[in-house]
Amino acid sequence: MRYEAPSSLEQAVGLLAAATGDARVLAGGTDLLVQMRTDILNPELLIDIKHIAELREVKEEGGVFRIGAAVTGAELKEHPRLTSVWPGVVEAANLIGSTQIQGRATMGGNLCNGSPAADSVPALIAAGAKASVVGPNGRREIAVEDVMLAPRKLSLTKGEIIASFVLPAKAKGSADAYLRFIPRTEMDIAVVGCGIALTVDANGAVSHARVALGAVAARPLLVEEAASALIGSKLEDAALRILDAAAGAACKPIDDKRGTKEYLIKVAGVLARRTAAIAYERARKS
Amino acid sequence: MAKHHITATVNGDPVEFLCEPQETLLDALRDQLHLTGTKEGCSTGDCGACSVTVDDRLVCSCLMLGVEADGKSIRTIEGMAQGDELHPLQQKFLEHAALQCGICTPGFLVAAKALLDKKPDPSETEVRYWLAGNLCRCTGYDKIVRAVLDAAAELRGA
Amino acid sequence: MQEKVKDGQSSEFQVVGTRPVRPDGADKVTGRAKFGADFSLPGQLVGKVLRSPHPHARIKSIDVSAALRLPGVKAVVCRDDFIEQPSEFIPAGEMMINYRDVVRNVMAREKALYEGHAIAAVAATSAVIAKEALNLIKVDYEVLPHVIDVVEAMLPGAPLLHEDLFTAGVEPAPKTASNVAKRLEIGHGDIAAGFKQADVVVERAFTTKPVHQGYIEPHACIASVSEDGQADVWVSTQGHWVVRAHCARLLGWDIGKVRVTAAEIGGGFGGKTVVYLEPIALALSKKARRPVKMVMTREEVFKASGPTSGAHVRVKIGAKQDGRIVAAEAELKYQAGAFAGSPVQPGAMCAYAPYDIENVKVVGYDVVTNRPKVAAYRAPGGPISEFGVESVIDEIAGTIGMDPIELRLKNAAKQGTKAAYGPKFGPIGMVETLEAAKTHAHWRTPLGKYQGRGVASGFWFNIGGETSVSLSLNEDGTLSLTAGTPDIGGLRASLCMMAAEELGVPMDKIRVQIGDTGQLGYNFLTGGSRSTFSSGMATVEAAREVMKEACKRAAKLWELPEDAVEYGNGGVRPAGPNAGKHTPMTLKEIAGIAGKTGGPIVGYARINAAGAAPSLATHIADVEVDPETGKVSVIRYTAIQDAGRAIHPSYVEGQYQGGVAQGIGWALNEEYIYGDDGKLQNPGFLDYRVPVASDLPMIDTVIVEVPNPRHPYGVRGVGETPIVPPMAAIANAVANATGVRFTDLPMSPPKVLKALDEARAKGTAKL
Repeated sequence: MRYEAPSSLEQAVGLLAAATGDARVLAGGTDLLVQMRTDILNPELLIDIKHIAELREVKEEGGVFRIGAAVTGAELKEHPRLTSVWPGVVEAANLIGSTQIQGRATMGGNLCNGSPAADSVPALIAAGAKASVVGPNGRREIAVEDVMLAPRKLSLTKGEIIASFVLPAKAKGSADAYLRFIPRTEMDIAVVGCGIALTVDANGAVSHARVALGAVAARPLLVEEAASALIGSKLEDAALRILDAAAGAACKPIDDKRGTKEYLIKVAGVLARRTAAIAYERARKS
Repeated sequence: MAKHHITATVNGDPVEFLCEPQETLLDALRDQLHLTGTKEGCSTGDCGACSVTVDDRLVCSCLMLGVEADGKSIRTIEGMAQGDELHPLQQKFLEHAALQCGICTPGFLVAAKALLDKKPDPSETEVRYWLAGNLCRCTGYDKIVRAVLDAAAELRGA
Repeated sequence: MQEKVKDGQSSEFQVVGTRPVRPDGADKVTGRAKFGADFSLPGQLVGKVLRSPHPHARIKSIDVSAALRLPGVKAVVCRDDFIEQPSEFIPAGEMMINYRDVVRNVMAREKALYEGHAIAAVAATSAVIAKEALNLIKVDYEVLPHVIDVVEAMLPGAPLLHEDLFTAGVEPAPKTASNVAKRLEIGHGDIAAGFKQADVVVERAFTTKPVHQGYIEPHACIASVSEDGQADVWVSTQGHWVVRAHCARLLGWDIGKVRVTAAEIGGGFGGKTVVYLEPIALALSKKARRPVKMVMTREEVFKASGPTSGAHVRVKIGAKQDGRIVAAEAELKYQAGAFAGSPVQPGAMCAYAPYDIENVKVVGYDVVTNRPKVAAYRAPGGPISEFGVESVIDEIAGTIGMDPIELRLKNAAKQGTKAAYGPKFGPIGMVETLEAAKTHAHWRTPLGKYQGRGVASGFWFNIGGETSVSLSLNEDGTLSLTAGTPDIGGLRASLCMMAAEELGVPMDKIRVQIGDTGQLGYNFLTGGSRSTFSSGMATVEAAREVMKEACKRAAKLWELPEDAVEYGNGGVRPAGPNAGKHTPMTLKEIAGIAGKTGGPIVGYARINAAGAAPSLATHIADVEVDPETGKVSVIRYTAIQDAGRAIHPSYVEGQYQGGVAQGIGWALNEEYIYGDDGKLQNPGFLDYRVPVASDLPMIDTVIVEVPNPRHPYGVRGVGETPIVPPMAAIANAVANATGVRFTDLPMSPPKVLKALDEARAKGTAKL
């Protein structure tokens, strides 16, 4: 196995595009090293992207946040502004694993690992984040919900690397939240993950919503029916019941190692209600 | 496989070692530098026994490659005491009997120090959640949490 | 809040009962202490094991030739390198093992009996080469149908693991082989008559899954065999004399040729009382003529080292309206894994032991299945059977409208009670722990919404056994204490304290070490909660010998008869009519004259420690149940247990808290998850869910002391009883919170929610 640590995106893309055998991008390594250790993966080339400036920076311009794909969860939490603007995204990234994992794990890796249960992905989807992807043919932006197609299968083509995530400027009265359900209090892969971003108007009614669910299908889902349930409501019981049902209906679990299908459907609904409540409270205060 | 020549700082001292690309930082610390205080409990980042800090960031050394340590400053359990004076955390662990078999203790001490360096006055809940990535099978965590809170108080001069 | 040690007597000791820092502590908080994988020898090779991918298969042939040819491979071993063993049962802690099975578990012979079963092993110059060599070993398997469920394994027509296994304990002996290794029965009285008298009868069936001891340190050893056949092993183990015996036997070597050094051990809980890697490392080292180091991966620990049994338990208890239990029955089906030897016997013995019941019958079955051979796990068998019994007792209390502590008090075993398994109890603390629970603030604290409270008691016997200790008086008056039971949680502190108490010297004048097998007479392993009890008893005896010898030397010097000199205040002085005639001598001064008065002064105890006494406990658990997700959180826990005498209260509390944490994990989230293909799906700490720090509250403890009259300090073993009550305490608390009785462990959220929804449909749920 070869290890390279390019200092520019061009170099990294070039190495990846030119690789003949299995080449992997190394960011935090918290999934990659485990898979190498258990012989799931046996890469010939590791491309360490942590020496590339854009991938390691968080920039804010005109309310738009550009978060480098290789910024760690711990660094996100320490950013002076990010936690107050996108608390859901930061919380989600800081639920991955443990304090030690959060010291290394990145949102780029969390997404590109291709697990439907990734914690940061539903939060990014709810936020309306776009992945800024750089490849041999240049740069393009993809909605985060379109990056993962199926477990371990991404829509990126050969040589493409996610350089950063772009979070849109937030309208006034907007906020996000992320909750996940796990059997213990920490350390488990999400049984269900839910990210919700809401905008609440001056009357307290939801004017805009995005609802995303993780771990309940072959990939994280943007659930438009769930968002519709919230729009126009003030999170009354009736709206929450429709939200609950919509979340449950979106579930298409691929296995039941972490919970039966019936259970996932129930908990998806419960989480959607609870996450919406948190996002709503935050939105009203913002 | 060609070995990489790595230069780093460990516990304040400059070190050099050779390692193959797939060797973890944990392997390098234990096998190349003979610092066996950092333990391997699971090699999947689930138990925290391999905890070290890298540039003051708490990480699992089993999930970092040795080659990634180049140019970094690493702190392990062996660097915690100051000469022959134990760090207050180490002292409180002993006073509170916060260890039984002791295999998880280096990881807990490194992790707890990383917490107190960042947050000198954590609540019990904050201590428990920060340390959730460190497994202990002997103590039920009670005396560990008490020791950390007591050490925090002492370090604050309270 | 930690309550102070409770005892009926005034504090009569200087050292015993205090909380000094442990003598081996500095090394453990600085990373200096050496555990099994921390040793290295020059020229060492890396050993790795090839493991069966099949849960059940006949091994037709093993071809290692390609592996041997790989550059860097220095040795390969398989079944031919170990001696065939006739069937012979020997004690191993609290279980019995059979060497014919031990040799086969260490290295498969005719069959692979579980996924992960060792088939062959290599020693090579690097881990990478060793791994590659394993891939070159060709094994011809004839895959066979497998069975992994205990009830299914008992059915006629189930896949048969051993063609020569005929159920023992059945008259007449069966003519057909089966997977039922043993049937046992204990009890007294007439349960049919008893049940006729009952006003209330509750019968329930319970299931538990196999759980692993979960020690954070994987098995590790390094073995070195020299050309003259002398062999050395460094290994983290609970019993290095046992390791020595097993290795010598399996390899056909003289016991005296093998020396085993116990490394510091990173957790055992019973799981390191057996051998896995050591005989293999020795065999490889002998062939390679170089040291061989072997360390299990976490995956290997889960797949190839013993968990405890999963089980099916039926409990039936009858009581009168006034709370008197008149009949108690249980049927236990425990799975042993691939070879006979589940802890169904101790499970049966413990089930009703906390109670004085006139009519009791417990039947147990030991059943083999295609899973790793079970190893002892902290009070082996006890938590499983007592989970069922303590749950049903709780239900009886609810049915007759009696407080569950009062019900237990009414039936509590006391001194003189005849246990269902035979003996009459000496003094025991069952009543004391119940009374302490009853008056504890926890029992009276109001509960909040969605919360429930449960209480459960527990019993474990504890053992004594062969023990040797050496205590040398050094030339400068300091002492060197060498014991032989590995220190798994504070033993050296307790031994140092007992020696300091006896001798009247400061603790820091006594250095304690755990000696290797060449340095002491035989020591049985650290298990059965015996180390503080047995090594403590031996330490006291050795200390008294030193004291006696010191008197003798002074008597010689003072030209007095030996019995005219007494020991006190850390030295010797003339006694009786001679008092005052000579200046007392300190131990240091005695040490100074040792040479000229007869030679070195050494106390040496070699005993078979008897008089180990049971430890009883009562636990109170509060839980909060999330009504929408079924998640159970433990919000408060109090563990009350009789320690006899707490030598070092902090380490006694630590045992209580550690056992509780394991019991909570067993109750809520830990389980081996197998697919229908007989393969383990969660061999790692990600999906094998042990409690983490944020899962648990502070675990309050109360040490009750009903001294054991047969130990010089009144010590009872305490390490195992704490894991017995938690499963029932939590199940009882969940029943209190939800109105739903859970009989299937673990009580993971999907199961809790499903049961809650079913109860809600029937109108019986409380939330």
